[in-house]
Amino acid sequence: MDIDFIINVLYAMIRTGTPLLIVALGELVCERSGVLNLGQEGMMLVGAVCGFIVAATTGSLFLGVLAAMLAGCLMALLFGLVALGLSATQVATGLALTILGAGLSAFIGESFVGQTVLGFKALPIPLLSEIPLLGPLLFNHDVLVYLSFGLFAGVIWFLRSTRAGLMLKAIGETPESATAVGLPVMRVRYLAVLFGGAMAGLAGGYLSLAYTPLWAEGMTAGRGWIALALVVFASWRAERVMFGAYLFGLASILHLIVQGMGVSISSNLLAMLPYVVTILVLVLLSSDKARVRLYAPMSLGKPFHRTQ
Amino acid sequence: MFKVEKRPVESRLMGYLSPVLAAVLTLVSGALLFLLLGQSPLEGLYTFFVMPLSDLYGLSELGVKAAPILLCAMGLAVCYRAKVWNIGAEGQLLFGALIGSWAALQLLQVEGAWVLPLVLLAGALGGMFWGLIPALLRTHFNTNEILTTIMLNYIALNVLLYGVHGPLKDPDGYNFPESALFSESTLLPTLLDGTRVHIGVLFALLAVAVVWVLLSRTFIGFQIRVLGLDSRAAHYAGYNEKRLVIFVLMLCGGLAGLAGVLEVTGPIGQLVPQVSPGYGYAAIIVAFLGRLHPVGILLASLLMALVYMGGEMVQIELGLPQALTGLFQGMLLLYLLACDFLIHYRIRLGGRATASVAAPVSEGA
Amino acid sequence: MAMQLGALVRAASTVLLATAVSAAALAQEPLKVGFVYIGPTGDAGYTYAHDKGRKYMEEQLGDQVTSTYVENVAEGADSERVIRQLAKSGNELIFTTSFGYMNPTLKVAKQFPKVAFEHATGYKRSANVGTYMGRIYESRYLTGVIAGKMTKSNVVGYVGSFPIPEVVRGINAFTQGLRSVNPDATVKVVWVSSWYDPAKELEAAESLILQGADVISQHTDSAGPIQAAEAKGVYAFGYNSDMSLYGKNAHLSAAVFNWGPLYEAKARAVIDGSWKAEDVWLGLAAGYVDIAPMNDAVPADVQQLVMDLKQQIVDGKLHPFAGPLTNQAGEIVVAEGEVLADKEMLSMGYYVQGVEGELPK
Repeated sequence: MDIDFIINVLYAMIRTGTPLLIVALGELVCERSGVLNLGQEGMMLVGAVCGFIVAATTGSLFLGVLAAMLAGCLMALLFGLVALGLSATQVATGLALTILGAGLSAFIGESFVGQTVLGFKALPIPLLSEIPLLGPLLFNHDVLVYLSFGLFAGVIWFLRSTRAGLMLKAIGETPESATAVGLPVMRVRYLAVLFGGAMAGLAGGYLSLAYTPLWAEGMTAGRGWIALALVVFASWRAERVMFGAYLFGLASILHLIVQGMGVSISSNLLAMLPYVVTILVLVLLSSDKARVRLYAPMSLGKPFHRTQ
Repeated sequence: MFKVEKRPVESRLMGYLSPVLAAVLTLVSGALLFLLLGQSPLEGLYTFFVMPLSDLYGLSELGVKAAPILLCAMGLAVCYRAKVWNIGAEGQLLFGALIGSWAALQLLQVEGAWVLPLVLLAGALGGMFWGLIPALLRTHFNTNEILTTIMLNYIALNVLLYGVHGPLKDPDGYNFPESALFSESTLLPTLLDGTRVHIGVLFALLAVAVVWVLLSRTFIGFQIRVLGLDSRAAHYAGYNEKRLVIFVLMLCGGLAGLAGVLEVTGPIGQLVPQVSPGYGYAAIIVAFLGRLHPVGILLASLLMALVYMGGEMVQIELGLPQALTGLFQGMLLLYLLACDFLIHYRIRLGGRATASVAAPVSEGA
Repeated sequence: MAMQLGALVRAASTVLLATAVSAAALAQEPLKVGFVYIGPTGDAGYTYAHDKGRKYMEEQLGDQVTSTYVENVAEGADSERVIRQLAKSGNELIFTTSFGYMNPTLKVAKQFPKVAFEHATGYKRSANVGTYMGRIYESRYLTGVIAGKMTKSNVVGYVGSFPIPEVVRGINAFTQGLRSVNPDATVKVVWVSSWYDPAKELEAAESLILQGADVISQHTDSAGPIQAAEAKGVYAFGYNSDMSLYGKNAHLSAAVFNWGPLYEAKARAVIDGSWKAEDVWLGLAAGYVDIAPMNDAVPADVQQLVMDLKQQIVDGKLHPFAGPLTNQAGEIVVAEGEVLADKEMLSMGYYVQGVEGELPK
């Protein structure tokens, strides 16, 4: 096992982790504002199909990505209208969104099955990509992976250092006091939900335009749920989301590589490993009750009633 | 101008009307959808909602389809009443089916009236065990049950696949991933000749009654409701939250596990890789659709079963895509959630809205 | 059996010619044919290929048939209801296209003795339930030959779904073809525990490429592995249908099903009353399976060799599992001069020599 091999594994890990990272960042911002949206899977699917349809018809990947994000936003808006506007249970609304998204995406994508687009290609960054080891690992990706790096940094910066970010966190903790000091709880929550939708749409678009440039029903295959777990895994800290996403990516890759090396374990048992690991990590992270209290937004999932 | 104002008390009338309104909205949207697809809306709706029930056979199938959903949804309703967000009925169902099948396969050569009850018990216990895991993780390690139950769904599926590809595979089945066919004494008796409606349907109805009594007539049911409405109040009242969480998750697991073992000993008759086409997830919709009330859930499970059968029917009769099923389910639930707004709020034409306080109002229920 | 079916098809076409001119036949109601699919027709893989077959049948038979399908039918309790509903709705010929529909098909068939049922990939039959399957392993053998000629690293990757006989048979046939022209080459297998997960299949292919594979074959339903190969600049084979669209440079060929002629023949047989419940397991000779057109990257002499071998299989002179066949342990499973019996093939639960790793149990 030489160093190139390891670099290659890590490279694959980044690509595998990217859609998870993008969705999880969106959901993290959403949850920090106090809103739990379980509709990630549905928003991803609608994003994936819309992105693909637009890219296939216009021939522009850029428009495809925009369409994917817009579609995710529209789905999130639906969630917002029901869960925020009409104060419905967030858990149920999110699940409904997932079911609706699965049906809707299959419905509108039917005639685009069996087509492909020329997906995003790796775009080595001049100079940087020639750095030994780090170059091929970090600077030889497609543009959406770079975008995910940027989003990651952006979300950290936003939550840590901007007024809006602080406002969002305050609203997620105690919306009642936030209202009392005049913060626009509803507006911020809507925006957070929409951001989550755009990110889920983008992650769907990453799958259908960059990772496997094709549309096929249900192609997200449960990645939206994994992303939800990642947010808890990261104990609602943006810095840790990337670690979690890449760790899950690595686990997915390793379980395949181990098989190629001739290790004979039932593939079904191997396939459940990432989920077992996720539970174990969740248990480790959450067993310290005080710490979880500290990190989980206090008002997460609780409906907030407008006071107009 | 429209003004929205909070009702001083929840509207009972709206509680009953909102599902009707949601159903009407779904029908209208469905009609539009059929029109969009170039079909006659009336014929489309008729094929979707009426045709599957046009004869006794159709009604019997409705029972067969609704039973597992109903059992899971009853269990979920108890969890959700306690604000325990169990998404894991699917995994609990699968694990129950797996353990039940294992028991049935051990008893292939055995005859006797006690065999079937034993198999069913094994399945229910399997489901309870699968429900106990997230319960203990939550009570002892403070781990979020939404996530652990989702993960456990995937794990249960893979354990079941392992079983059916491995140790439980039919030795005479050419290595295909199916167990041997269960023996007569481990198969559920049917209620009506020529149909598949089995005694499991009665178990499901019994579960409705039991859960109803549990929630409305027993002290533990009262504790569950208090815990759900206000966990601090439950704490001050001295209720043992941990015990309640374990109780509701194991109850749900047991019911879902029973649903699983009823599927394999009933309509399927062997263990196969695909025991459930997502009954555990459908049951979540049903639980909310029935607003966590046993009778509501009974009606909602019938409606959900009808949506599945209608989806098949429009494919067969009208050649429409299967995606319609998901669209109808999603729309129905979203409309219902939206309409429930009218229970707590009223919309007035003109006038000044009175300011309302941000009081914690029970969700979903 | 190939001869038998060929004759059947010919007989069916003569009857059709006869009926085409008969006014009585023209007045007949079209035959209603129902299909039960395991996946969405939008899977671009297995179900998609069956649905192409259904459309082909409709095209060929014109107004003599109408067809309906139900997609995404779970193999559990639902399938029995769907199959029964199709029979109740007046379908006279019903194709159930996934293994898990075997017992439900038999149950429903008992209640509808006048309806003809055809179940794909199964092994149980009855008076009105026939079975059918394409000998796709013959195509796999040929793609293996191409792989043997094209690999430079002598490591070939194989993305598998579940270790069931059908898949194991494909891996073995591929390996036999591979080693017939390149005895040093070996096959690495990775199981993804899914029939259909484009991203995971892509990851599996990538992990194989990482471990030195420069040709990838797949027994899963999406184009993920092809796209992985295209991006990494190695070769790959598609499955189910021609997947060259997804990787112009990578896609060398594909093991493809051609269900159309079979569906057409079966429908014709029902129309003219000659339908019998039988086991149709035919391959290249009947045209039910094939390989997709080869990439220009495959040298002309290799293309010629593959076409020659294909002809030999068609003529019955070459069998992918002809003896001496050795398993991984080096034991002879089929003696020289014999071929593996269908029954053995149907339950194949071991790797042949040349496949690395152990078959998961």
